[in-house]
This record gives sequence, structure tokens and C-alpha cells, in this order.
Amino acid sequence: MTVDPVFQRPSPLLQVRGITHRYGHHIGCRDVGFDLYPGEVLGIVGESGSGKTTLLKCISGQMEPSEGSVEYQTRDAGLIDLFRMSEARRRLLMRTDWGIVYQNPRDGLRMRVSAGANVGERLMAIGDRHYGHIRSEAVDWLERVEMDIGRIDDMPHTFSGGMQQRLQIARNLVTKPRLVFMDEPTSGLDVSVQARLLDLIRGLVRTLGIACVIVTHDLGVVRLLSHRLMVMKGGSVVESGLTDQVLDDPQHPYTQLLVSSILPV
Amino acid sequence: MTAFDDTVMLHAQGLAKHFVLHNQGGVKIDVFDNVEFTARQGECVILAGPSGSGKSTLLRSLYANYKPQAGSIFVRHGASWVDLCSAQPYQILEIRRDTLGYVSQFLRVIPRVATLDLVTEPLIGQGLTEGAARERAATILTRLRIPEALWSLPPATFSGGEQQRVNIAMTFVQDYPILLLDEPTASLDTENCQTVIDLINEAKARGAAVIGIFHDADVRGAVGTRFYDVAETRQAA
Repeated sequence: MTVDPVFQRPSPLLQVRGITHRYGHHIGCRDVGFDLYPGEVLGIVGESGSGKTTLLKCISGQMEPSEGSVEYQTRDAGLIDLFRMSEARRRLLMRTDWGIVYQNPRDGLRMRVSAGANVGERLMAIGDRHYGHIRSEAVDWLERVEMDIGRIDDMPHTFSGGMQQRLQIARNLVTKPRLVFMDEPTSGLDVSVQARLLDLIRGLVRTLGIACVIVTHDLGVVRLLSHRLMVMKGGSVVESGLTDQVLDDPQHPYTQLLVSSILPV
Repeated sequence: MTAFDDTVMLHAQGLAKHFVLHNQGGVKIDVFDNVEFTARQGECVILAGPSGSGKSTLLRSLYANYKPQAGSIFVRHGASWVDLCSAQPYQILEIRRDTLGYVSQFLRVIPRVATLDLVTEPLIGQGLTEGAARERAATILTRLRIPEALWSLPPATFSGGEQQRVNIAMTFVQDYPILLLDEPTASLDTENCQTVIDLINEAKARGAAVIGIFHDADVRGAVGTRFYDVAETRQAA
């Protein structure tokens, strides 16, 4: 019998091949490869030191890997290797088509300019010069991340951790990126704030069709948000697949340990 | 194109499943071996066998939630056939969106999402307008006797029976061609149990293939077309 699934799938947005990164003699991550498609959410889990943040930095263009390639489907010129394009082009890409949400909002926000300006800055970076338009977009995005508009002119350092994180998300999404990288977006927040933020991310990813790579050690986060999962240990991917399959029927000893270590509520 | 006739919706063959518990001394638990059965349009196959015989494990495997060690699960997806055991994750997600509906024993609660939105979401994913999706969601919630006052609340605080009915609504709001049901009536009162029986029989009448686990003899009698005994496969193993 022949099986011929006729799934229509666009080309991948990101093609990662053979990423290895060494810190001196120490291996950060080893031979990691995957494809990410438009609208797809990929979760990367593993304990501290498993290499997941190293991998995220390599695939998001923040750090050049020792080996391997990261190709991105540009809007105008097809697949281009991140580390073969000009610095200017890579920076433009990172400000417009991509978003990066850092674990610590201080790494992703300008703490000494207002909340509104934090959001507006990304618009100015892509050439928007109309103050009224920038202001109204900023207001719109602050509302979408459930921020109090009355605080649009306040500095981020006066905000709580959860508000800073939501501001960071607004700042990233205002340019309508196609791809967002998130490094532990909810850790360090208390659980009620986490739930609100997760709900927000889930809704935005669904309605905007953004592709997303989320690095986290929290299996609840990936169960809620990601379509696909990669489990890392000691720099290598030990298991990958459909999120609920990996979590409910883990095959690798390390994944089994990880799943069985969650404290039931 | 295939050896299956037009009424076949799902065909499993040579299916084997065991669990290896690596962190408990590598204990291997055999669940089933060489499972082979077919589900056709308009029928309800009841998975039978004593508790612990692997009925839920088989059902979860048919949803690709568990990963069988050997065998194939051919699913009719639109005009094509797909083997769930070798399909890519995105293909499985598409099949779950359009073809395979699954009602689990317990509702997995998503924090902060209102009941009506939970039931509406899959329809919007299918391309319905928000208005049309909400109307269908309201119809099924009403039919399953979830009071309208609860629709705007997340189901986390609902009773067991209410949660199970939300769970059923989330699946039955769509007309899936194949339905996998894991004790959908377990925590329901007589009236709601009857509603679920009606929903299952309506699904069969429109041509869906249903595969389910039901412990209640009355429910089995009301919906079942035939039995498939999972325990027998283990004795053969």
C-alpha cells in the first residue's frame, strides 16, 4: 500500500544545521539542527548548563557558532545564512523581522526612556517618523499587553517584573516580526503573573501567526505554548518531537527523569 | 490508491507498545503487541478488556500521544492516507485539527481562558468567523447543560462533571471524521449521559468512525457496534 500525504507546507523560516559551539575546550552545544516553519512554536527544554541558551544565542544571531549554519528565509532574497550576511543587514533583520525577549527585561528594554518610547523606538528604527502614529501604535500595543495606559510616560525601572516583561513583549511585537526568540520569558515572575503572561503570549502567537523559539526549564510553559519540543542535555539534543508525545511518553532516560521530577500541585 | 475500501477511516496493524522505565532499573512493561483492527464509517468500536489491559494506552497511541514501538496507524485524512507512526509533528497537528477528535478522561485546564473561548478556539483555527464559531460553541454548551453564567469563566473551578462536559464540548463542537473517546460519560449524571449517547449516535449517523472506552453497560449497549478486546493481544505477546 502506498501512502501519499498531500500536506501543503510553506518553506521553512529558519534552517539550522550542525550548530556546535565551544567555549575553549568546553562544549556549549553540539551538532544541533532543525527547521522552523512560519507560525510554528518550538520549545527547547533542559536543565541549567544543558546548552539551551548557547543554542538560542547562536540561532538568533547574537553569537557566531564555532560550526554550523543558520539560514533565514528573508522576505526579498530567499534563504540567507545569518553569519554570511552583512552586519548592517543582520541588524536590520533583528530590529524588524525578529524579536528577542530576554529573561531579564533589563537586557531587552531601555530603562531610562519611557514605556511609550521603548515601544516607539522599534518603529522609528524602521523609518516611522510620524509622532502621532508612533504614539498611537505604542498605546495600541500597551493595551494589547494589558498595561495601564496612564503609565505610558513612566520609566520601566518603576514597573514591576511582570509589567517590564509585558513591555518587552510589546516592544518586540510592534514591528510585526515573523520570528520571536524567548529566553525563559516567565521565570522570576510569581505564578499568577506567569499565568497572565503565558496567556498573553499564547494569544498573541495564535492570532498573529508568529513563529517562536522558546527556551525554558518549565515544562508547563512548553506544554501550553509549543507545538514541538527539543530536550537538551550536556549540549546535545537527546529527544525531540510533538510536545505532548515527548512529555506524556518520554523515551530517553533524561526526559523521563525531567518529566517525573515535576512536583504535582 | 490503497487497499482499503471507502468505508475504512482508520486501520491499525502490527501495533506494539511497551514502556521502559529507565529511572526504575530499566523495567520493561509490555502493554500490547500485534494489535490489528479497523474502524469504519458509522460504527463505534468499543475497546474492551479489564482495567490495566492497555485500553487507554491504545487509544492514546491512536491519537499519537503515545509512541508505539512497532506497527502502523493509517488514518484517512481528507483524500489521503497518513501513517501516524511515521508522520511529522506538523502533520499530526493538522490531522488532530481536522480529522481526529479526542476526549480525554480529564480536562487539562488552561489558566485564565474562558470556557466559551476554549470551545470556540478550535473552530476559529479551522477558519470559521468568530461569530459563527461562538454560535456553534453556545449551542453545544447549552446542549451539555453548562449554565450560561459559567461561559465567561475558566473551567478550573468547575465540578468534575462540568469539566468533563466542557471537555466533551471542545471535541463535539466540530464534526470530526474520527472520534477517540476515553470514558466520556464516567462522571456524568443520567441526563447528561444520555446527551453524550445522542451526540455519539449522531456522529455515527453522519459517518464518523468512533473508537471508545466505556465501562457503563448501558452506554455500551446504546452506542457500541462491536468490541475489540485489547487483553487478547497481550496473551498472544
